[in-house]
Parts: sequence; structure tokens; C-alpha cells
Amino acid sequence: MLSSPFIAQPSSVSQIMLRVLLALIPGIALYVWYFGPAILVSITLASITALATEAAMLKLRNRPIKPFISDNTALLTAWLLALSIPPLAPWWMVVVGTAFAIAVSKHLYGGLGSNPFNPAMIGYAVLIISFPVHMTHWLTPHALSGVELTFIDQLNYIFNGVLPNNLTLDAITMATALDTMKTQLHLGLSVNDIRDMPIYGRLAGKGSEMVAIGFAIGGLYLLFTRIITWHLPVAYLAALFATSGIFHLVDPQHYVTPLFHWFSGAAMIGAFFILTDPVTSPTTAKGKIIFAVGAGILTYLIRAFGGFPDGMAFATLLMNICVPLIDTYTQPKVFGKKGGGK
Amino acid sequence: MISALWVMIGISLLLGAVLGYSSIKFKVEGNPLVEKIDAVLPQTQCGQCGYPGCKPYAEAIAKGETSINKCPPGGEEGIQKLADLLGVEFQPFGEGAAPKGKAVAFIDEQTCIGCTLCIQACPVDAIVGAAKQMHTIIASECTGCELCLPPCPVDCITMQAIGENITNWKWRHPVIIPIKAAA
Amino acid sequence: MRKLFSFHGGVHPPTHKDESTRSPIAQAPLPSKLVIPLSQHVGNRAVPIVQVGERVLKGQQIGRPEGKLSSAVHASTSGTVTAIDMQLVAHHSGLPDLCVTIIPDGKDEWITHAGMDLKNTPHSELRKQLRNAGVVGLGGAVFPSDQKTDAHHHQIKTLVINGAECEPYITCDDLLMRERAADILHGAEILRELLHAEEVLIGIEDNKPEAVAAMQFAVEQDKHDKMEVLSIPTMYPSGGAKQLIRILTGIEVAAGVRSTEMGVQCFNVATAYCVWRALAHGEPLLSRIVTVTGNVTDAQNFDVLIGTPLDELVALAGSKPDTDRHIMGGPMMGVDLPAGTVGITKATNCIIESSPKLFPPQAPALPCIRCTRCADVCPAELQPQDLYWFAKSNNFGKTQEFHLFDCIECGACAYVCPSNIPLVQYYRYAKSEIHERERDKKAADLARERHEYRQLRIERDKQEKAEKLAQKEREAAAKAAQAAAAAPVATQNDAQQKLIEEAIARAQTQAAVAHPQNTEALTPEQSAEIAAIEARRAKIREMATDAGADDEPHKQ
Repeated sequence: MLSSPFIAQPSSVSQIMLRVLLALIPGIALYVWYFGPAILVSITLASITALATEAAMLKLRNRPIKPFISDNTALLTAWLLALSIPPLAPWWMVVVGTAFAIAVSKHLYGGLGSNPFNPAMIGYAVLIISFPVHMTHWLTPHALSGVELTFIDQLNYIFNGVLPNNLTLDAITMATALDTMKTQLHLGLSVNDIRDMPIYGRLAGKGSEMVAIGFAIGGLYLLFTRIITWHLPVAYLAALFATSGIFHLVDPQHYVTPLFHWFSGAAMIGAFFILTDPVTSPTTAKGKIIFAVGAGILTYLIRAFGGFPDGMAFATLLMNICVPLIDTYTQPKVFGKKGGGK
Repeated sequence: MISALWVMIGISLLLGAVLGYSSIKFKVEGNPLVEKIDAVLPQTQCGQCGYPGCKPYAEAIAKGETSINKCPPGGEEGIQKLADLLGVEFQPFGEGAAPKGKAVAFIDEQTCIGCTLCIQACPVDAIVGAAKQMHTIIASECTGCELCLPPCPVDCITMQAIGENITNWKWRHPVIIPIKAAA
Repeated sequence: MRKLFSFHGGVHPPTHKDESTRSPIAQAPLPSKLVIPLSQHVGNRAVPIVQVGERVLKGQQIGRPEGKLSSAVHASTSGTVTAIDMQLVAHHSGLPDLCVTIIPDGKDEWITHAGMDLKNTPHSELRKQLRNAGVVGLGGAVFPSDQKTDAHHHQIKTLVINGAECEPYITCDDLLMRERAADILHGAEILRELLHAEEVLIGIEDNKPEAVAAMQFAVEQDKHDKMEVLSIPTMYPSGGAKQLIRILTGIEVAAGVRSTEMGVQCFNVATAYCVWRALAHGEPLLSRIVTVTGNVTDAQNFDVLIGTPLDELVALAGSKPDTDRHIMGGPMMGVDLPAGTVGITKATNCIIESSPKLFPPQAPALPCIRCTRCADVCPAELQPQDLYWFAKSNNFGKTQEFHLFDCIECGACAYVCPSNIPLVQYYRYAKSEIHERERDKKAADLARERHEYRQLRIERDKQEKAEKLAQKEREAAAKAAQAAAAAPVATQNDAQQKLIEEAIARAQTQAAVAHPQNTEALTPEQSAEIAAIEARRAKIREMATDAGADDEPHKQ
């Protein structure tokens, strides 16, 4: 005997995750446009690692492989992780980071739906703590470096660590817009002087600002197709804007504009793709706002005063810890019990 | 030095006063633990625990004289509840003490000789009848303790399992298929 | 235009209503037998009052209502009772229940029946008639209508008539409103009168424009005052009583609260119709409109006698051969029927013939990813993902803290769940486990009370016995004393006192003379003897202590 309901909306976890993957494509396309195809290599590498690790872990945990591996969540973790580390990172870093994300932060906690921390951000955190130097070698946009590495050159560097004869690593890589800003401020330069440097564009870093816009476009697609709700991205971006805005108003020479913060680093991809991971974010509307505001403020604080170039990952992980608590204390009133009446 | 001493003495006096006051104000009457344990027990009064009823067993548990796994009618869930209440480890049932399904006693009215022995044995007065009159069980009040079985001289009492019917039917725990399939 | 309110959540499943609205309500022919369950309503099962072999007439009561919350059951046509036994019934459990089986004689012969004088009959009599006519809520909840019309504790402002029919596939209310609007409204007037309600609001989803028009036309034609037919947006589950009350009046009735406490009462359109038939024509509830749809060639609504076997009904609509199950009700909240032999009951608003093609089996469930799509659609504003978690892990206390019993089991959460989790089944499981625990608790409390009373009684008996014994002893003692005192019959206190005093005086003088001490005035021989004895004693004592000291090392 079956029990009602007998019908269901044709939706599935794999479909939802597929839509999220699709929404990443504009950002990735712009990434390739400005920085070359290296990112595609690390995405592919991360994807293969993720699927292999997922399959191995499911086998070890005695779970059916097919329904879980086709849910696309491992792929999403892989893509997000690949997008948050430098495209020229050596192949083994991508593999280690992805494998750790899937095996430890997802499956050791119980697999799909049970992980308290965002796996991609755990992978990122492991890499930046273990290999901080490699994590600062970001590709310089072609327009700035004047050299354009061929795809073969990039592959050669990723897998063999060999650059073409006439090039040094410094010639083709640089620190991120956020990192440079922080270092130069420490050296005593003012915000305006730093912004005049060639690596900066209209909003933030040249090239990277466009990638951020690409992610924002994908994020809007997710919003309009109701894959995600407005609470997380809006509250996050608003909190980041407000916090950075206050500092900027107080001392514009030492604190960069809110827009710079929006369009640099992982802010956009974080707001629409990382915080919105349903497993690791609160379930109540109020809770989502508290969570995202907390993450926004922490991101700014880590960026402005912390030791790491970007604060997104650690802000997310710190807020992930608070999710059960937030959920417990933000339970909404149920039907008929709002007026405090009977 | 002296002033510190005075402060410490002052604090201890104050706290002592607070403690003394609250021990009077919030004094607990009786032994609520026994009541709490008794509330968890199924009240079959069957004596399978070795005590003459649920309350005596509750008192024994409260005094720490016996273990919490002596009550088959309460089931494993009963043990779990006692374990939670008392903050001790769950103990599985010993051998031969596994819980049986729910049942009620039934008197075969053809065989009953009206000796009233079962009436005296019933802990919850669920048997009606009188000397030389046929006896019968009030099924809704029978706890299924089986205490009426041994005294019956003609063995006319049997236990009848309570089957599933439309009023006591329960929804089953849904089974997630893929995980079972893999195992 | 009245302002309509909205409720949280809701879903838009495909309605599939057109299939069964193309033709009017058809009269189903007399079936070969009737299987009439005695429990077709909320509350106590009706008690059978006919014998096997007895001939019954159409409309004759065969089940007497038992207790306050119960309702009568009737023979739907004339014929012979052939069995009163346990038969499979339309219930989630698939377990049998007590049914009366009647073989119709084809005469369809009525008992004498007549309508009541609605103006001059006291309300209590009208309610009694509803109870004896077996009128219960036909929207699916089958709550006895006499109880629902008894609202003298509260002032009722609004009577809501529910014609929303929000579940997909079901069209029985739609057709009833199209074809019998006037009678529905007459029934609504009676209900308004019984409840002393001011206004009547009739809510119909806007996917039924013909029904809305028919009802509006009937309101105008019969000049019903303070009665409004309102077209409400199509949104499942707007036909839930609480949701409809919210839409029409803005009032939210919390779980465990009766809507009458907030001045509203709600009846289904089909119930209103039956109320009219029962009171104005004296006809008990013998038949109802049933939609037969799904995997059939000719989906249609039928006027079906209660007790008609399912197989005979679905054959009328041309059930296709690949049908693998019959669903009673809609696809969202319906019951999977255990067999084709079950009889149509008062709760049967729709039969959906189901095939694997029509309702494909669900993909295996994946873990919950906390996406909260369920919370977004929950009309009770619960957090289904949390309830699921607690129910799954048998944490029933927590499910209640998270308002499990506010859940109306509408199925919207399971409908949208991307992980295909059978959420409603988890809630039903948790609810029935909690109910069982409550039953056990009640039984335990009763047993404790009876046991304690028994202990008390035994103790009391013991005391009484002891007292009786003591009484007897006292009596015996008193008798003995009487016998002893029989010679000097001195009853006067003074005389006794005097006797006692004389006795004391005698004793004293005797004592003074007698010198009772034997240690005085000893002979020298006696004294020497005593000294020798004392010396021996001392020696023995000494030896004893020495021996004790010797023992100690051995002990060590």
C-alpha cells in the first residue's frame, strides 16, 4: 500500500545542482576570456577528482553509488573549489584540495545533507593554510602582462611546473586586487595611489571585476528561477556594503570603497553560490539573514584587518558553525499562533 | 590583607545566607524520583521484576538496589527512558526477559469452577465474579500481567495476543530504499 | 468586492479536472450487493441493530449511533442482510472493519419518511435528526454534522461553505454545485439558522467558473440575504477548512482550536446539500456523488449508493486493464485502497484508477539537503525539514515542540521535495507513535489507579479485620472482668476508690512488717560462703581476660 501524495513535482537534487552549475558558466566564460583557458584545466581536474573520491567514499560507506554520484553536488563542490584557487596552481594542489573537501568535509560527516561545513570552503582553507605561497600566484590578465601563455604552456606549468624559457613566474602572475591593496596600504600608500596602479580597473581588479560580474549574472539567474531565495545574497552584499561603507566614510584614504569590496575576491561567487549551499546555511528566513549578515561583516573584518587576502572562506566557515544555533532561535511562528492568541 | 579577609568573610556569609534561604524556600517534599520512575513504568503490576508491583520496583531503582532492565512490559523503550531519566547507560534485557507482545487474559467460561483465586491474584481488579460463579476478565482493564495464570486450579485462563486492528493500527516508519538495497 | 486573504505556501499541481466534468452526474445502477461499514465517521462505531437474514428497507437504520460523537448508518436500498462481519474497508491500514452486507432485492423500497417543519421544530430536534440521518462532513473529514452545528458556547458570525475542491482530479463538488446549487443554498440556510450565524460565505476556486456562476445565480434567484459566492484563486490546499477560513475571513485558526471559538464554522457544499435532504425531505445519507477518473475510458461523476462495491463502480467508467491500484480521494491526500471489494463510504469523494503510467513510482529518496522548498509551500507554516529529521530519528518530543500536530498532511511538502522524501509518511508515523504512547500512558495511569485502590482496599480490609479481632478480644476481656467482678457488685466509683486505697494501705503495712531484704542479718557462715563465691568469680574473670589476650595473636 502506498501512501499519499501520489504525485510529485518533477524536480530533483541533481536538476537543482545542474542549474547552479549552469549559472556558473557566464563567470567561467569571462574568466577564460580574461585569463586564458588554464581555469578549465583545474575545473576538469577538480571534477574528475571529486567524482572519483565521491565514488570511492560511497563504496567505502556501503552506499549506492549511482543515485548519489549523479546528484551533481560533488561536481558543484569541485567547480567552486577550482574557481577559488589560482588557475595556475599545480595539479596536485587541486587534487589534494578536492579530495579533502569530498572525503573529509563531506563524507566523514555523513555525506550529502549532513556536512556542517561548506566542502569547497574547507578545501580552500586547507590549501591556503598548507600552501600559502602557491595560493598567491594568480594569473595576470593578458592585457597587463603583455604575454599570452598558450594552452600548452599553461598545461605544462600545471602538470610539470615548467614555464617557457624566457618567462619567470612573476612575469605572468601577481597578487590579487585585494591582496595588493592590503600590502600597499601597509606600506603607507593611500587608497587613491593604489587604485591608480595598472592592475585596477573601474570597480576592482582588472579582469577579476568582470568575472565577478559574470558570477553576479549567474546569481541573478538562480534568483529568478527560484533556485535560491533573496535572503542570503542580498543580506550578505548589504552587510558587506554597509560595513565597508562605514569605514570608507570615516577614512577614505585607508579604507577602500564598498563597490571595490563587492567586485573583488570571492564576494560575488560567495554571495550567490557559496553561502547559498542549502546544507550548510540556516533554513529559516530570519536565520538566513542573520547568517548572511554575520558572514558579510566577518568577510570585511578579515579582509581589512586579518592575515589572509580574502575573508569569504573563513567567514563562511565561521558562520557555518553557528547554523544549528541560529536555526533553533529563529523558528518562525506557525499558522494561527502569530497573534500570541490561543 | 585584613580588608581582603573581611571581604572574603563577607562574601561567604552572604552566599551562605542565600544558600540557607533557598534550601528552606525551595525545599523538595518527599522523594520525587520514585514518582518519576513510577511514571515511566507500564503499571502492569506483573512482578516480573521481582518486586511486588511497579511502585516497589521504582523505589528499588531509586535506592540503587536493582538495575533498570528488569521490566519486560516496558520494552526497550522503557529501559531507554529510565536510562535518560537517571542519567545511566542503557542496559539490554537479560536472557529470558525479552518483552512479549501485548496480550489480555481470557477465561474459558466452560471450564471455570468459580474458585475466586484469580480474582485475589489480579493486581488491578480486572476480574469480576464471585464464589461458585463464573468469572470473567474486563479486557479493557487487564494489563496482561499473567499473575492470574498460576493460581487457577483448572488452567482455564489463557493469554490472548492483542492483534492489530483498525483502531490501534499504526503508520510504519518509512524505509529508505536505496540504503537498504546497498547493504 | 470583499477583500480576500491568502495563506502561506501552497502548490499548483496539474488539476486534471476537465476529464470528469464533460458529462453531467449519472445515476449509478443498483449494485449486486452493498458492503456498508459501520464506522464511516469520526467517533464511535455505530452499533448494528439488524440481524443476518433480516429484510431491510431503503433508508432503514442498520447502525445506531453510540455515544456522543457518532452517527447512524442506513441501508442504502431495500434487500436482505446477508452478513455482519469484518470486511476490508477504505482505510489506510488495509485492515478489515465491521460491515453490514446487503443483497438488494431490486425494489428500492423506501421506509416511510417525511421532511420536518423547519420553522417550528426546536434546534435540538433538528440536530437529532441529522445524527439519526447519518449526516457527516462529506469533504473527507466525515465529522458528525450534528456536533458541528452545536455551537451554543460561542457566537458564530460567519458560516463558510466550502466549494473550493482544491485537490486535482476531484470534481464531485463542482458538478454538485452546477446541478444542485439551489438545494445546497437551502442547506446553507438551515446551517446558518442552527448556528445563528450572520453571514454565509461560499468559497469556490476560480478554476470552476460554471460552479461559481450557478451558485451566484441561485443566490440571486432565491434572494438569499447576506450570502456571498466568492471566487478564490486556485491554489492547493485552499480547500482545507483552516485555509479557506483564512482566505475568506482573514482569521487563522490554530491547531487544537475550534473555529467556532473564533466565530466561524465551515461546511462542505455536499454536506449542506445532505443537510437539506435530511431535514426537508427526511432522507438519510444513502448516496453521494463520486468522481471516477484517472485510468478510465469515460471519467464521470456518479450518484452512488453508500456501500456499492468499488469494482462495480469503476466498471461504469470503463477502468482500463493496466490499472494497478485504486485511490480514494485525490492524488495529494488520497488513500490507496486495499481491494476492489471495499464499499463506497460517505468519505469517498473520488476514485482515481491509477496505473504506473499515470502515477509513476517515486525515485528512491535521497538525503534531505535542507533546501526548505517544503517550508516554502507548507500552509501550516511549519519547518517540514526539521520535523522530518526528528520523526526519522524517533525524537517524538521534539516533533511536538516543532508543532507536528499543526500538520494537516496536505502533502505539499512531499510534492515539492527534490530528494523525493516521503515526508507525510514520516509525520503520520510520528503522529501514530505519539498517539500510541498516549494510549499506553492512559492505560498505565488507569492500572496504577486501580492497583493503588486495590492496595488501599486490602490494607483497609486488614485493618478492619484487626479491629474486629481487637473488638472481640476486648469484649472477651470485658466479659471476664465482669465475671470476676460479679460477686461484689460495686458499681460506684467512690466505693471502688475506697477499696483501692484500703488495698494500698494494707500492702504498705505488710511491706513494713515483712523486711523483704534477705541480705540483712546474715550468719557468719553465710558471709564466709559469699566471700568464697566472690573470690572464685574474680578468678574466673581473670582467666577469661587472659584467654582473650592469648587468642588475639592467633587471629592475626
